[in-house]
Amino acid sequence: MLHNIDVISSNMAAPVNSVGKTSADRLQVNCTSFQKKTRSKLISIPGTRPSVQNGQLLVSTGVTSLDYLLGGGLAVGTVLLIEEDRFDSYSRMILKYFLAEGVVCRHELFVATAQDNPDEILQELPAPILDDVAVPKPVEQPRLTGEPQDSLDAMKIAWRYQNLPKVQSALASSSRFGHYYDVSKTMEVEIRQAAKCHRFYLPDHITPSSAAHRVESYSALLKSLQEVIHREGFDLVTPMSKSRNILRVGLHSLGSALWGDDLCCHDKPRHSHALTTFLYGLRALLRSSLSVAVVTLPSHLIQDRALMGNITRLCDNAIALESFKGSERETNPLYKDYHGLLYVRQVPHLNCLARQLPDHKDLAFKLKRKQFTIETQIHPGTL
Amino acid sequence: MFTELNSILNTSPDSFTRGEFILVSDRQSDASFLIHHFLSFYLRARCKVCFLGLAQSFCHYSAVSQRLGVRLTQAKEKGQLVFFEGLKECLSVLTPKENNVESEAMNFLRDPPVGLRSLYEFVRSSVIVSDNMEEGAEQWGPSVLLVDDLSVLLSLGVDVGAVLDFSHYCRALVCSQVQGNMVMLVRCNGEEDDDDDDDDDGDVGSDVLLKGLTHQCNLHLHVQGLPTGYCKDIHGQMEVCWKRRQGDAPHMQKNLFQYKVYDKGASFFARGTSSAVL
Repeated sequence: MLHNIDVISSNMAAPVNSVGKTSADRLQVNCTSFQKKTRSKLISIPGTRPSVQNGQLLVSTGVTSLDYLLGGGLAVGTVLLIEEDRFDSYSRMILKYFLAEGVVCRHELFVATAQDNPDEILQELPAPILDDVAVPKPVEQPRLTGEPQDSLDAMKIAWRYQNLPKVQSALASSSRFGHYYDVSKTMEVEIRQAAKCHRFYLPDHITPSSAAHRVESYSALLKSLQEVIHREGFDLVTPMSKSRNILRVGLHSLGSALWGDDLCCHDKPRHSHALTTFLYGLRALLRSSLSVAVVTLPSHLIQDRALMGNITRLCDNAIALESFKGSERETNPLYKDYHGLLYVRQVPHLNCLARQLPDHKDLAFKLKRKQFTIETQIHPGTL
Repeated sequence: MFTELNSILNTSPDSFTRGEFILVSDRQSDASFLIHHFLSFYLRARCKVCFLGLAQSFCHYSAVSQRLGVRLTQAKEKGQLVFFEGLKECLSVLTPKENNVESEAMNFLRDPPVGLRSLYEFVRSSVIVSDNMEEGAEQWGPSVLLVDDLSVLLSLGVDVGAVLDFSHYCRALVCSQVQGNMVMLVRCNGEEDDDDDDDDDGDVGSDVLLKGLTHQCNLHLHVQGLPTGYCKDIHGQMEVCWKRRQGDAPHMQKNLFQYKVYDKGASFFARGTSSAVL
């Protein structure tokens, strides 16, 4: 959280007075001209911006309408819980948007799964819409003679700009907040591999049939995450002189049986506190580092509604997705405009007394090729 | 500190009843704004406060208290506030490192059946004021214990009985022995009148805890959403329940208010008299 920086400043040997610091000490260009006057030293990290409501550092989830619902973006140091839809299609999509946004903003990624290999999710990331993302080739490749004539591409009026590279510099692209993606294409390998990604695939750490699987998978994940945070310098206690970056943590399908949990199998699970203890430890790790997490959870498999209430309270933001796929609503002409419903279960009110309550409670989403839109239903009574 | 709440409860930082156990609870709502109120109230009353902040980080409490006009870092430095940050301490147990010392008070994380004895020892050491005071140390008022919140302990695997024992021990220490005050927050889920026989342990746990604590407390503030549904201008309703003894018979008095939380405070009003309505 932004106010943690205050503590760090006071811990250093020489007290830091932000007024006296020259602009040369600040990292890079601010992404917005709005700068909240706080006593803490304002740090600028690409892909982030301060919230207009309370000055917290926000990152984009990759879906601009979801950013708007969460109050401008996802606050650094918080967790977003996504209750999966029945076939884990749209929740997985939002997770991929989140990771893709991290690649485009040059953040580091940490992906943990128990079911598919993390590389599979990474290979499915949607392609960013290219006109303002830097492809890491500094010079345009010369075209082969066998390729079709690029007469359509040739500029007729602004022909002097024909030979200039088509992409802007990396600084400008990653300083924009929120990007658009084309879900019909996957991200190019060069762009994806430019981002540093840490993987946690549960079968690599614990064999599924061992006794340790049941209780230790979450603690192994927590230890691995803490080790990455500490080693790569995302801790807030790391000295401020180093250039800072954000770690985006994506945790897929927590609470499912593959994590060793019996939350989805029994009415009265025996180790029901394993997941909630993990979420508490996750909150502790995130609050003390420059990271942000998105967790998907198959809540439709968990019978215990009170447990879902506890889980939701231990996360800061929480949304639930209900897709129309496979239900009778899919063919109903009234619902043809949407793919499903979205419920906002919780919005955080961190560092302030009053929470920003959502204006509307009846929300529906639609996944279009270039945008994931979330809108208020026009006729809430009919759905 | 919310001035309207002070007038409802008939207290002020200069004069408040000692030896009270105030229970704050909520159901499908968020009553943590009341904890911030009590924290700033007792700090202004120059009491020695022991705060078990289990739900959020110190920065969150500090930022909100600053809006209410109280500085937590200063209070900590002067020795008025003893702050236990649950999130920070839990990492030393959940992800142990060779060099770091494990936090004693959170050792129930490693082994939930152990119970909350170590946490109680921590509270005891903070609340008991030593007789040989240091030179120049300030004299503070009666000790106060604030807990935010007990439901986190249930989520971490502690048994309901252990939490009830802990609250009983704390009450005996803080309210009876030291004649200070105690404020605890409990959060519940679900409907109160659910009578499902195949009960979920979690739900039964927090309801049992709430019933047990309601029996022990002197003042109960229960926060809920509006029964008529979601409203942007009225955030919910709060039921205030006093338990007093008049003569030989115990006497219970209940009042219902609606509230709205603002950036720097909260306003309370009788049902139907919200400024949005009138």
